[in-house]
Amino acid sequence: MSDFPFLSILTLLPLVGAAVVAFIPRTRAELAKLVALGWSLVVLVLSIFMWVAFSIDGDRFQFHESYPWIPAWGVNFTFAADGIALVMLMLIAVLFPIVILASWHDVDQSTRSAPAYFALLLTFEFTMIGVFAAADVFLFYVFFEVMLIPMYFIIGSFGSGQKQYAAVKFFLYSLVGGLFMLAAVIGLWVVGGQTFDFAELAANAASLDTNTARWLFLGFFVAFAIKAPFFPFHTWLPDSGGAAPAGAAALLVGVMDKVGTFGILRYCLSLFPEASRWFAPAALILAVIGIIYAALLAVGQNDLKRLVSYTSIAHFGFIGIGIFAFTTQAGTGAVLYMVNHGLATGLLFIVVGMFVARRGSALVSDFGGAGKLVPVLAGVLFFAGLASLALPGTAPFVSEFLVLIGTFSTNKPIAVIATLGIILAAAYVLWMIQRTTQGTLNPALTEMPAMSKDLTLREKVVVAPLIAMLLVFGFYPKPITDVINPAVEATMADVGKTDPAPTAVADGKVGG
Amino acid sequence: MEQLELPSIDYGALLPMLILFGAACTGVLVEVLFPRRLRNGVQLGLSLLAVVAALIAVVMERGTRTITIGGAVAVDGPTLFLQGAILVLGGVSLLLIGERTIEKGGAFVSQAAVTVGSKKDMEQAGGRPGSTEVYPLTTFALGGMTLFVAANDLLTMFVALEVFSLPLYLLCALARRRRLLSQEAALKYFLLGSYASAFFLFGVAFLYGFAGGIQLEDVHTAVANPTQSQVLLYAGLGLVSIGLLFKAALAPFHVWTPDVYQGAPTPVTAFMAACTKVAAFGALLRVLYVAFEGVRWDFQPVLGVIAVLTMFVGAVLAVTQTDLKRLLAYSSIANAGYLMVGVLALNDEGLSSTMFYLVAYGFSVLAAFAIISLVRDADGEATHLSRWAGIGRKSPLLAATFTFVLLAFAGIPLTSGFTSKFAVFGAAVEGGQTWLVIFGVITSMLLAFPYLRVVVLMWLSEPGESTPAVSIPGFLTSAVLGIGVIVTLALGVAPSPLIELTRQAADFVR
Repeated sequence: MSDFPFLSILTLLPLVGAAVVAFIPRTRAELAKLVALGWSLVVLVLSIFMWVAFSIDGDRFQFHESYPWIPAWGVNFTFAADGIALVMLMLIAVLFPIVILASWHDVDQSTRSAPAYFALLLTFEFTMIGVFAAADVFLFYVFFEVMLIPMYFIIGSFGSGQKQYAAVKFFLYSLVGGLFMLAAVIGLWVVGGQTFDFAELAANAASLDTNTARWLFLGFFVAFAIKAPFFPFHTWLPDSGGAAPAGAAALLVGVMDKVGTFGILRYCLSLFPEASRWFAPAALILAVIGIIYAALLAVGQNDLKRLVSYTSIAHFGFIGIGIFAFTTQAGTGAVLYMVNHGLATGLLFIVVGMFVARRGSALVSDFGGAGKLVPVLAGVLFFAGLASLALPGTAPFVSEFLVLIGTFSTNKPIAVIATLGIILAAAYVLWMIQRTTQGTLNPALTEMPAMSKDLTLREKVVVAPLIAMLLVFGFYPKPITDVINPAVEATMADVGKTDPAPTAVADGKVGG
Repeated sequence: MEQLELPSIDYGALLPMLILFGAACTGVLVEVLFPRRLRNGVQLGLSLLAVVAALIAVVMERGTRTITIGGAVAVDGPTLFLQGAILVLGGVSLLLIGERTIEKGGAFVSQAAVTVGSKKDMEQAGGRPGSTEVYPLTTFALGGMTLFVAANDLLTMFVALEVFSLPLYLLCALARRRRLLSQEAALKYFLLGSYASAFFLFGVAFLYGFAGGIQLEDVHTAVANPTQSQVLLYAGLGLVSIGLLFKAALAPFHVWTPDVYQGAPTPVTAFMAACTKVAAFGALLRVLYVAFEGVRWDFQPVLGVIAVLTMFVGAVLAVTQTDLKRLLAYSSIANAGYLMVGVLALNDEGLSSTMFYLVAYGFSVLAAFAIISLVRDADGEATHLSRWAGIGRKSPLLAATFTFVLLAFAGIPLTSGFTSKFAVFGAAVEGGQTWLVIFGVITSMLLAFPYLRVVVLMWLSEPGESTPAVSIPGFLTSAVLGIGVIVTLALGVAPSPLIELTRQAADFVR
């Protein structure tokens, strides 16, 4: 155990950076970008040190820090990270510099100030790190709500298309969820002995009155289901993802939506074990509907960014069934999926953003045969698509496989239906790629000089690490699963589920 | 012939009120004695001095817990805390009232009695210095409010109610621009306020019949051991409540609020939104917690329904508003509902959280109206929503400040709006009033929409031809804005000191 206050420094660092970047005048946009990139790299370096300091065999929660905040209500600045939070923090630290670099020219044409955009990105990073590092329910709630503000302005001020509508819809949806959660947080505080400390609340979880616990669970669950988003609360995401700048959209689905699934794992399962078991069948059904429904909608999309948003909703269905299958295998798969989905969908959004920036349009019908003009970029899109549909050899395959195996041992029908989602995923990804980069060349594209520019050095630097990670973790996920596993096991123990005994399936006696 | 026994008077405990009433009377004399060009400075200085002196007196008396002057005034924790709150908020409002640089001659008309549109009226509209009677009127109102929250018998409460209401009726009619609207607002407020006062007085009569005394303690004793019919008690409680609910702007007694907020000069609106709320809820707390504690299970459901109704009326009608001052009026109505949730917790936590809410809300609302007074065109303030489109481009600092205040109203964490909502909701859940909290949460969602719409207008719309200029704030308005925003942020980030203060002050004497 290291005594270095990793988490509080990691949380505050981007906020300081945002303040610095915000004061850079508009005319020095280049400087602002460099400072923002440098700052996010410093955060990355610090998080790597934290990763090294984390001991796999150590306590469930490490890097514990606590400072009094509002003693009258028993609120403290308590930070602590378990394995699940740690991998999410790493994902944030990795994605942000990549996204900042990818967004280098995204706001050059904007009438707004470029430094403001990068300051908002860093503010967003601050809220994201805070939400995963918090180990105090009140503090978690604060970050949960405050994260809306930077994203709201990113979508509303720097987005495209129906940006105002999308920004307001995003804000109101999340706020509604947040207010349900607020009611539940207040209720939890009153029945849980006037404390917000996660460890204390989790220790008292079993003593809650059954009915009360179920209501409180629902309050939390609705907030997380809107955030994740699960069917039927998903309608804000395609609008937001479609309107946000590509880099911000990558963060929106890659990082922010994970707060929903993370919240379910950390707060719903550990604080309301009985209610979680009670609600699991409904949650599984919602998740499966989400997989199929969103995949079908994705097939029919003509807007690339909306299409990727829908694929993301389908993937969240997988994460959902992984969580509510209540086996360590499926749970580990779900958390691993959260990481891999961040990498894969992040890459997909960034690459789509590169296409959109070149073409000036996000409509699939405006492309066609683009691979002839920009072969490397088309290749990267192809790879991102394959990773997104969980091709063996890419990281998402491992997680999807784990989720399905784990679910199969407890709930066969759900696993079987979810498998259909994989087939649909192949359909929407391949069909999208075919209509954009393959086939006959759309003559409109040849007239656009920008469309003939293949990857620049900056863009190569953006996509290379993501591709590398997707491949490495596709073949060797052990470094991540080793960190996740103990935390998932502890969570499953909180829920009171032990893994079922190995069945014939594991012995390979079932044909197939 | 029996020797008449005079009640003992604790002058120290009464000092804050004595200072204010004394200063107000002096202010009337100043009007006579000083030449016109000196009056504004002298009056502003005098009223600010009075407020500061009264505040010092309150702080010096902070340990006092006594009932004095023959049982008419109770000086206890809530009294002193709320008096302090009224004085601080009143002092900040005075800065707004004293602003003379944004508009030539200030926000007040020089002679309110001149017929609107007449030749004389045209002359005075051209920048004649505003009337300075506003300062003694404000000081009288402040004195009345400080007495109102300290009143320990129902008649003193009635007198205090009139002492702070009458100046407010007058102040409403003194707007320099849109004078007809302003006069209409004052008339509406006066008529409805008189009705409410009459209800209050009628209720006092019933309670006197029930308890044989008008001191809150007598009522409390009579509730415990009734000698008269309960009908008298419930009729009296109902009628007295109506009078208080009117002042606190709870549905269905809220109808005056939007008109008055819109018509009154903006500094006066700010003063009413901040201080009148504190005074009205202070008295409501005292009446319900001290006199009627014994029947709390009888009035709780009724007032609970009123609170829910208020939250809904405020939230739903705020959505439809197109004028910023009216929008804030409905938001203020909804906030009265949230405050009522805290009051109805009926425990110590409810008392302290309500007091916390009053202070937090007061500062935010002062900042909001200060901003509204800055956005103007040739015809005065531009309060129509459409005029604010794209103001974020023209004056980002002002728009950012207003955005912050609106987020506070919406209850986003790290602002006082969140901590205060959390406090009252937490108290209500503890007091077993979960249903009120559920409605509170639902209306908060509704209410977020109008606030957000204003934010969208300011930042995400393109500035139109009609986007008005933003005045450079004068020193006084800047001070109000700064104080309001800093307190809103501070109470959101570090609310502990004020929470502790409200907890120490949460003890009524009976």
